[in-house]
Amino acid sequence: MSSAITIDLILKIWRQQNIHARGALQTYTLNDISTDMSFLEMLDVLNDQLVLAGYDPVAFDHDCREGICGMCGAVVNGQPHGPETETTLCQLHMRHFKTGDTLVIEPFRARAFKLVKDLVVDRSAFDTIIQAGGYVSVNTGGAQDANSLPVSQKNAEEAMDAAACIGCGACVAACPNAAAMLFVSGKISQFALLPQGHPERRERALNMVKAMDEEGFGNCTNERECEVSCPKGLSIRNIARLNREFLKAAISLP
Amino acid sequence: MRIVRRFCGSSVGKKVIMAVTGMSLAGFVLVHVLGNTAIYFGAESFNSYAAHLHELDPLLKVFEVVLLLLFVVHVSFGVSLFIRNRFARPQRYAVSQSSGGRTLGSVTMFYTGLIILAFIAYHLWSVSFSSRPFMTSIADLIRAHLQSPYVAGLYMVSVSAMALHLSHGLWSLWQSLGGSHPAYDTLLRRGALALAVLVGCVFVSFPILAQVWDGFLR
Repeated sequence: MSSAITIDLILKIWRQQNIHARGALQTYTLNDISTDMSFLEMLDVLNDQLVLAGYDPVAFDHDCREGICGMCGAVVNGQPHGPETETTLCQLHMRHFKTGDTLVIEPFRARAFKLVKDLVVDRSAFDTIIQAGGYVSVNTGGAQDANSLPVSQKNAEEAMDAAACIGCGACVAACPNAAAMLFVSGKISQFALLPQGHPERRERALNMVKAMDEEGFGNCTNERECEVSCPKGLSIRNIARLNREFLKAAISLP
Repeated sequence: MRIVRRFCGSSVGKKVIMAVTGMSLAGFVLVHVLGNTAIYFGAESFNSYAAHLHELDPLLKVFEVVLLLLFVVHVSFGVSLFIRNRFARPQRYAVSQSSGGRTLGSVTMFYTGLIILAFIAYHLWSVSFSSRPFMTSIADLIRAHLQSPYVAGLYMVSVSAMALHLSHGLWSLWQSLGGSHPAYDTLLRRGALALAVLVGCVFVSFPILAQVWDGFLR
């Protein structure tokens, strides 16, 4: 086995004990990081060193570490999930950085995402939006006959693309206005495109947009930063669809 | 009434209102720039264009009121959205770096809007509602204005800001209204940019001509 390539980094990480405490960027130097490591593994190495030295480790969210759960995420040098496209932070590898690089690591920032500690933010505002309409009501009982609900190939594909959203919140972090439109549009689209979503279609559009506004997210100004930052590549076509769904629902009588 | 409240109270509804009023105002700008091209054909044709326009007088008054309303709605909703958006991110990032979505036009949208607002106030005061001396034609008035290097400079800055504003707005409004399709999106975006640049170039050409050409509007 060939010897691994290692790099030395300067990290500037946002440290904040809790929402009431004052936060600040703290600088750490980290040497001999294997380029085969993921970004989170690099943070693990830092935390090992911090704990051994008797300091508080950096708190960051993570779970599956294979890019499918939506739990991890931080803003690296101004970009959510770092500089690679369609990549979550856990799937971002250190080979994309050079020795001597300075990495500024900040939490996702939005009024609706309350800071918990260091890089951890509370994204339960997304849960509130989902509870407002991100579901379908299905009658229990015998299974339906196969193919009794025809779905066109095009709709199936587009619904699947929208459903790829892992709810990580990178769209909110990337948006200059901290808007949650890409997230909400993904959830609305996946149901609007399929027959199962049609009975609650109108209420869903109205209630999810209302919940989104009440949670304190900003307004979409079509900057397209969400689309390029989304680790699952959701398109802002979904936002156009959300706008259509809302328009149709809002101007129809209750 | 409930529908209006539901609509105007929501973020998506506000964006639709911005899009519809923006589209109407952009339509006015296009008509305005087309009319102004009469300047290229000399003072006589420009004066005649202005005279013909004023023959539509009762209609013109209605048009002005509608325009003012559209403008007030566009500006007030724009300002309220800007404030709400600032409020949505109380703590800014230490490092801010575009991932590649934003354009110069989209980043400066609010500020170019403010420049346009100030310019329109000046424009209305100095040209549209100016009490010009008896027997001064509109062509003479415009020539006198644009021959001043300060006014010409101000004019060029303002119409450039407007072109920048249009470069984002002309595309953005379709997205807000729910029209988006991969087959047309690039075309729409480039078309919006091209139209904005064209309108900007025509407007900018007037002060430049006034500065360098003795025969301007004579």
